[in-house]
Formats: sequence, structure tokens, C-alpha cells
Amino acid sequence: MHKGAPVPARLGIWAFLATELLLFGGLFTVYVVFRLEYPELFHREHLKLDRVMGALNTVLLLTSSLTMAVGIAAIRRGRQWVLQISLLLTLALAAGFLGIKYLEWSGDFRHGLFPESNLFFGLYFMMTGLHGLHVVLGMLVMVWLLRRARRGDFSDQYNTPVEVTGLYWHFVDLVWIYLFPLLYLIG
Amino acid sequence: MAAYRNYVIVWAVLLMLTAATVGVSYLDLGLWNAGVALGVASFKAALVALYFMHLRHEIKLVLAFALFPLLILGLIITGTLTDTLYR
Repeated sequence: MHKGAPVPARLGIWAFLATELLLFGGLFTVYVVFRLEYPELFHREHLKLDRVMGALNTVLLLTSSLTMAVGIAAIRRGRQWVLQISLLLTLALAAGFLGIKYLEWSGDFRHGLFPESNLFFGLYFMMTGLHGLHVVLGMLVMVWLLRRARRGDFSDQYNTPVEVTGLYWHFVDLVWIYLFPLLYLIG
Repeated sequence: MAAYRNYVIVWAVLLMLTAATVGVSYLDLGLWNAGVALGVASFKAALVALYFMHLRHEIKLVLAFALFPLLILGLIITGTLTDTLYR
């Protein structure tokens, strides 16, 4: 039994996620086309990325998905303070993700790697940049959720915004689950 | 508490899969590197969708909304490749 957001709200967010999938899907398509056309270039350039940093970011984002899921499970049981702590942890992990991304990008720039350097780095900056924007947007929505949670707006009866934001956040995680191997591991 | 425990188990499996896929990337398996990495990624994605996104307990209509875009994306990629690969 599903006892969460009403069906129209779930359909709405999944419809939005469909447009998001196709937005990223365009970039994934470009990646596949050029990866098949220039395998040597992709292989040579992807070795310049730090896969330990990428793996660390994967861990941060997967963990933020866990804290988000725990927050939703908590508010479905009416536990408001667990939701607030979960949202705070999710925000902290998201900030950590962006912090590592900042270190990676500034390192790339120092080594003279820019979006116009070559096809691989063009795609790398475009894909991780678009994904990073989604992380920032998710964080802004979570700050809003946190304010409402502190006001006591959510309960076991009403928590639709939390669940819908959670679905968006897990989608951002899903995109990274594919970006990480495509860019860092098999480039 | 059961729900929390399931989430923690799923999270632990996701981390182990991440460690495994990073480890495999240091080996030279030729074409299999890409196969393993994408297979592991898809398994991880399925875990996130089924457990964290609650698709395990979803009604059919919402499931259709979630899965149909994947079909469209598959069509876009295969359609594009049938053009670019055979030019």
C-alpha cells in the first residue's frame, strides 16, 4: 500500500522527471555518439579526471539519497524532528558534493582544461555543470522545505512537498549514478 | 523502524557496488570495462528507483509515467546511432 502523496502529485513530478530525463538524455546521446566516434580521445582525456574524487562524490550523493528517504519515512510517521535533521543532513551532503565539484573544476582550470579544450571536456563540463545546477536547485527547495518543517507544516497527514522533492532529489542522484562511470571510469 | 533498516541496507549495497565498479575500472578488460560499469550503474539505478523512489509499491499508472520516458530515450539514442554509425 502506498500511503503518501496523492496520485496527481506523483504523476506530476514523474511527468516533470520525464522532461528532465530527456534534457539529460540529449547530452547522453551526444556522449554516446562521440564516444563511439573518438574512442582514443575519450580514453586519453578521461584519465585526467580524479576517480577518487568522483567516487567520493558518488558516496556523498548516495548518502544524501538515504537521508532524504529516511526523512520521508519519518514524516509519514509524524516524526517532525527526524525530518528536520534528515533535511539538514541532506543539505550538508549536497553542499559537500558541490565543494568537491568546485575543487575538481578549479584543479581542471589550473591544468589548462576548459570546456573548449576538446570534445570530452566540453561534454564533461556541460554534463557535470547541468547536474550541479540541479543540485543547487534541489538545495534551494530543501531550504524552503526546512523552513516549512520548522513551522510544523508537515505531518503524517500532509507531506506531499517533502515526498515530491525527494523524488526529484533521487532523480538527481540517478543522473550522477550514470555520469560517474561514463565520465570517470570508462570515458 | 523496518523502513529505515531497509533503506540503510540498500544504501550499504549501493556503496559496495560503487567500490566494486571503481575497483574494476583499474583492470583492463577491454570492451568489458564499459559493460561492467554500465551494468553496475543500471543495477544501482534500479535499487534507487525501486526502494528510495518507492516504485516497488507504486500503482501501475505512475509506473507507466516513470518507465515510458526510458523507452523514448532508448528510441532517441538508437535512432541517432543508426544515422551516425552508418554514414
